Amino acid sequence: MKCASLGAALLLTAVAGFQPAFGQTLKTVQDRGVLSCGVSQGLPGFSAPDDKGNWTGLDVDVCRAIAAAVLNDPTKIKFVPLSAKDRFTALQSGEIDVLSRNSTWTLSRDTSLGLNYTGVTYYDGQGFMVRKALKVNSALELNSASVCVQTGTTNEQNLADYFKSNNMKYEVIAFATADETLKAYESGRCDVFTSDVSQLYAERLKLAKPDDHAVLPEVISKEPLGPVVRHGDDQWFDIVKWTLFAMINAEELAVTQKNVDEMAKSNKPELKRMFGTDGNLGEQLGLTKDWVTRIIKAVGNYGESFDRNVGAGSKLAISRGLNRLWNQGGIQYAPPIR
Amino acid sequence: MAGEARPPPLQAAARLRRMLGGRAGWGGLALQIIFLALLVWVGYEIVANARANLQAQRVASGFGFLGNTAGFGVSQTLIPYSESDTYARVFVVGLVNTLVVSVIGIVFATIIGFAVALGRLSPNWLLARVASGYVELIRNLPLLFQILFWYLAVLAALPGPRQSISLFGSFFLSNRGFVVPDPVPQAGFGVFVVAVVIGIVAALAIRLYARRRLYSRGERLTIWPFVLAMLLGLPLLAALLFGAPVSFEMPVLRGFNFAGGARILPEFVALTLALSTYTAAFIAEIVRAGLLSVPKGQMEAGASLGLPRGAILRLIVIPQAMRVILPPLTNQYLNLTKNSSLAVAIGYPDLFSVFAGTTLSQTGQAVEIIALTMAVYLLLSLITSAAMSFYGWRIGRSMNA
Repeated sequence: MKCASLGAALLLTAVAGFQPAFGQTLKTVQDRGVLSCGVSQGLPGFSAPDDKGNWTGLDVDVCRAIAAAVLNDPTKIKFVPLSAKDRFTALQSGEIDVLSRNSTWTLSRDTSLGLNYTGVTYYDGQGFMVRKALKVNSALELNSASVCVQTGTTNEQNLADYFKSNNMKYEVIAFATADETLKAYESGRCDVFTSDVSQLYAERLKLAKPDDHAVLPEVISKEPLGPVVRHGDDQWFDIVKWTLFAMINAEELAVTQKNVDEMAKSNKPELKRMFGTDGNLGEQLGLTKDWVTRIIKAVGNYGESFDRNVGAGSKLAISRGLNRLWNQGGIQYAPPIR
Repeated sequence: MAGEARPPPLQAAARLRRMLGGRAGWGGLALQIIFLALLVWVGYEIVANARANLQAQRVASGFGFLGNTAGFGVSQTLIPYSESDTYARVFVVGLVNTLVVSVIGIVFATIIGFAVALGRLSPNWLLARVASGYVELIRNLPLLFQILFWYLAVLAALPGPRQSISLFGSFFLSNRGFVVPDPVPQAGFGVFVVAVVIGIVAALAIRLYARRRLYSRGERLTIWPFVLAMLLGLPLLAALLFGAPVSFEMPVLRGFNFAGGARILPEFVALTLALSTYTAAFIAEIVRAGLLSVPKGQMEAGASLGLPRGAILRLIVIPQAMRVILPPLTNQYLNLTKNSSLAVAIGYPDLFSVFAGTTLSQTGQAVEIIALTMAVYLLLSLITSAAMSFYGWRIGRSMNA
């Protein structure tokens, strides 16, 4: 099943002659009229289909924002659900235009995988979930435990590092998809389920009795999650990067989905630059002057998207924490639009 | 010499033409060359294009990554492995895991398959119905579904390690697997192994000698006391003289899991069970077809010689049926080996899972890793079919002799 998509992707790389060059991705997407966006196979809060089959989530909002900026229509997206194992191959081979799928930014992914991370949508870290019945209060009490993990993630390596540096033994059972991993944990095959903390909260909701399970306090790694594009097309890299920055800047300037039309008429210089009433910043990206207006109309600013999908306004109810803006005690910070 | 004149032997040039170009002659040869050139060109384009694309995207390429540290754990390692070992080591670990599950799967599938086939052909009504029910049920359900069934419905229903089912306080069955005492080699281990090997060789020699005597002079020798002495007595003597060859390390429940002892993982059990029962259903039909292909007269001839049913099957029917059974049986063995890559669904660390899965996504070198994995499965399949061909050749030779 997995090998089929992988094989197809490989064949694409080899035969179709996909050669990204400056400006080509934007042209391809606009000619096609649809943005092909790689997402998860269903991670509530980040990318998951709702009960009507519409994809929603923080990562999905990035796709919608890009589609709004590039195609002027946040619904013209083909969502491609990918497992952790297949996601980068799909991007390398050109099967998707952008990967927005809770993927950790690391050096090797930025270099030898031939990819470019465009920013951070969510500052995360890896944690552990256990059954409350085990009466474990700290990850340091997990010696000799069996741990379920999804293969092809940074979690797999962090796990090895953490247990090794704390001189603990463990048994790792690695599964191809998040669902298989969770099922094995729920059936009792493993004592511990490990992944990024945000994902732990999301996956916990899928369990039959979420309250029987607890997330341990330790966060053992840095997991900056963000959208990814492939090497070779700097214009596309800029567009994806600045779409996210526009959402973050909008929050900083208090531009929301509701007041965007009003704010667009503002005389404040930074708002004028942002909404294109002054200068041609959007055109420099290869888009139109009102690119930010379209983005904010489609998904709102970063804070709105966060609250709606993973924060206070969602079932996950994760606190903003590190993901607050830099001037509110967090580390979310976007370069200025000028 | 009477009769019509024989046609003159073909000239060298004409013979060559016939050989290379077939009936179409030189034109055919030219077509073949053009076709070959086209194939080579397409192959070259694919490789060159992939290389150019990978370089343009600055994706790492080459096999240098095999020497890098893997940095992830593997649950079942039959050779020593730790997180600080290389990707090359991961490759070997995965390969060994694939081989183990394939070989054990093939052995069980063959045994079950033959048993079910004989059951289906049995005059016993109940046995025949049970056997055909087995075949129809198993071969009509998807394999992946069966693997998940054994893993999630059967094995996961076992109790946790703290409530595990215990046999004699040293064997434990739980949802973490089957834990048994682990044999640890002691001082006398080397001598013991040598004694066992000598015992087996001697027993085989005795049997050969007895056969020769039976065929050449028609004498029946009673050899079983000697064989028993060689197989059991010799190792026992070695153990008495040099001390016990192994001591057993007992599993103890410590923390979350059992410490000490050897463990058979539930992933391994589920995969082996599913693969062998699934393939057995197909093998059963192949064996049944083979047995039915032997004329009924052969069986009657055996019966008229006064041979019991078992001996007729073993000595007369099965050897003849094997010629029919062997080629499709080889297919099933190949299928089983390749199907073992479904292991990835239940977290069994086979080659496909740890190498074409984890290693691939960590290094991103899809082309190299997929090529290497394909080469391994191809090689395994070729070795299997070569072994089966050799076996078939031997059967054919002995039947024509």
